[in-house]
Amino acid sequence: MKHFMRFSKISKAFQEVPSQYVYQINPIKNFEPIKQFRVIDLEGNLVAKEYNNIPKEILNQIFDLMISIEEMDNLLYMSQRQGKISFYMTSFGETATTVGTTAALQPQDFIFPQYREQGSFMWRGFTIEQIVNQCIGNHLDGGKGRQMPVHYGSKDLNIVTVSSPLTTQVPQASGAGYGFRVNGENKIAATWFGEGAASEGDFHSAMNFAQTLKCQTLFLCRNNHYAISTPTDDQFRGDTIAGKAPAYGMRTLKIDGNDLLAVYNGVKYAREQIIKNKEPFFIEFITYRIGDHSTSDHSVLYRSQEEIDSWKSGNNPINRLGLFLKKQGLRQFNDDHDNQIRKDVRNRVIAALKHGSEQQSPSIQDLFTDVYDEVLPHLQEQYTQLREHLTKYKDQYPINKFKGGL
Amino acid sequence: MLRIVHKLRSGFAKMTVREAINSAMAQEIERDSNVFLIGEEVGQYQGAYKVSKGLYDRFGKSRIWDTPITEAGFTGLSVGAAMYGLKPIVEFMTFNFAMQAIDHVINSAAKLHYMSAGGLRTSIVFRGINGAAASVAAQHSQCFAAWYSQVPGLIVLSPYDCDDARGLLKAAVRDPNPVVFLENEIMYNEAFEVPDNVMDKDYVIPIGKAKIMREGKDVTIVTFSKMVKFSLLAAAELEREGISCEVINLRTLKPLDRTTIIESIKKTHRVVTVEEGWGQCGIGAEICSVINETNAFFHLDAPIVRVTGADIPTPYAFNLEELSFPKAHNIVEAVKLVLK
Repeated sequence: MKHFMRFSKISKAFQEVPSQYVYQINPIKNFEPIKQFRVIDLEGNLVAKEYNNIPKEILNQIFDLMISIEEMDNLLYMSQRQGKISFYMTSFGETATTVGTTAALQPQDFIFPQYREQGSFMWRGFTIEQIVNQCIGNHLDGGKGRQMPVHYGSKDLNIVTVSSPLTTQVPQASGAGYGFRVNGENKIAATWFGEGAASEGDFHSAMNFAQTLKCQTLFLCRNNHYAISTPTDDQFRGDTIAGKAPAYGMRTLKIDGNDLLAVYNGVKYAREQIIKNKEPFFIEFITYRIGDHSTSDHSVLYRSQEEIDSWKSGNNPINRLGLFLKKQGLRQFNDDHDNQIRKDVRNRVIAALKHGSEQQSPSIQDLFTDVYDEVLPHLQEQYTQLREHLTKYKDQYPINKFKGGL
Repeated sequence: MLRIVHKLRSGFAKMTVREAINSAMAQEIERDSNVFLIGEEVGQYQGAYKVSKGLYDRFGKSRIWDTPITEAGFTGLSVGAAMYGLKPIVEFMTFNFAMQAIDHVINSAAKLHYMSAGGLRTSIVFRGINGAAASVAAQHSQCFAAWYSQVPGLIVLSPYDCDDARGLLKAAVRDPNPVVFLENEIMYNEAFEVPDNVMDKDYVIPIGKAKIMREGKDVTIVTFSKMVKFSLLAAAELEREGISCEVINLRTLKPLDRTTIIESIKKTHRVVTVEEGWGQCGIGAEICSVINETNAFFHLDAPIVRVTGADIPTPYAFNLEELSFPKAHNIVEAVKLVLK
């Protein structure tokens, strides 16, 4: 039986199309930067009235979560300085992007995070206790003590585990989005990455594949102006990251990332477009990293306090949303209540840290599980050797601190 | 640069391994206008681990290149620059991230000289931290010694102390071949007394030659990098029990110094290899095979024992991580096993 190769029916035979030619050298030099979509201004006034359409309950839940994350981040940063956890990454200034986006997505949508998206995790129900236990690495950690702090994931919440090498999650999202389209699912793959991570080669492959193969993928770039100490001017040229997306043939939006209503509306629109057209969508959020890159960073070494303060007080997502809610009479609670929310979160984090530090460490069996689907013989052997070693030298090891002991 | 070195007494100074690498780079950049340092955060940030501290202020951005985030990008760029005749020192924030650029290291830098019948040369140094640090889990803790040592065309070096760091890095920069230079984050902070001659701007150590750190007659311990420290601690403990260990610091992983290893075996007749990386196809495995293939085999009184890391991705939880890598007591146990 003969096998035939199927070729595309699009003919590449030459056809003269006069309109595609010009007769003078006029290179493309500068192009108009894409403007940022905005709904509320810096003082929380509505400047795009038709987008004032988010249900009051959702807005209030979002606001509650944003201030909660601010308190939690503060405490966990300090707890690292006190030696209670080894590492942490805050998300000050960026929670409108993460919380707003996740609120606008559907629960079945897969999220591929970078590392600064506690807002996405927590909107879907990831708790303070889960975060703290993961950071401590005790036996209650859903990750079995395998990963560094902030490298959480949750199969139940459809959020893929955080992975350190930058940008590898982006082509993975293209792949997942491809699967969703091919299977006809009402699901998208939404992936987060910073403007620095967009310099990696994987970004190009992911974007090109997503548009060419038509993947149900939503690209979410948090342009927070710094990649550790590298400012955007040293990272790329051209019209930020959004400027690159149309060149892939992709629908693109640039959004004022500190405007919660713009974030929510933009993402909702993008998701609808992805499902309707079965094509990817690109969103860049312009925001600012108010805190340090991580607890291993000291950002005043490379930027001024004045610069940080100009965003903290001049363009702050929590302030803008709060002012909007007050001015529209949408805030269900008063300031006292907000202070109480903050206080409750602080107490909860402190309790979680205390409780977490009193817990046993993960079981030593978990050294060898999940390397493969089953514990293969050579690993079983190493586990036996380990137990023999620990039994022989049990007074040299804090065995009582291991869950399940020997 | 020499301000950071603390004079102890005449003829000696005290410095950390970090300072040793920093001073070696500074001297090479000063000596040869073709040498430059390239990587993420190496310039104004003073280096992700502060290894390039002060270099940007001293040499400026034409010699210390901060790059956008793309290992594949800056490694490819550096290999091209090396082919042109420049001498890049490429810093990977950790060799774990070098995997995003490994094609450039292997398929370009390592193989091009051979493939171009000697026409293209890449004199380049790839350096960065290798192996485990502390609490940085699977994607920051892998040891790449075995992977790079397998590749023809690459020189692979791994320093232990300041003497190694200075002498080997300077030798690496001056060597016409591509060199992979595997450092260790924990060792960065360790301070050593350094004789004046090691501070000399032309101090180089021969590539392909191991160093006997401690002479002994009962067993040979072959190791490199941070594990030299634990091997020396184990040797000191074993001495108290009347067991005399000879500790060999490989310094160069490729080409492996077979001669020093064989000569030592002729003396001690027993071998323990120590490495942090995974056992399968590791440095210890290679040493076992090398010994097996040479007349050293007939000098053995016992099978060789390998001490290696556990065959698992590195976990984060402190108790689990502690059990994943060799410590001095594991080496002591291995020596006693080989002597049984």
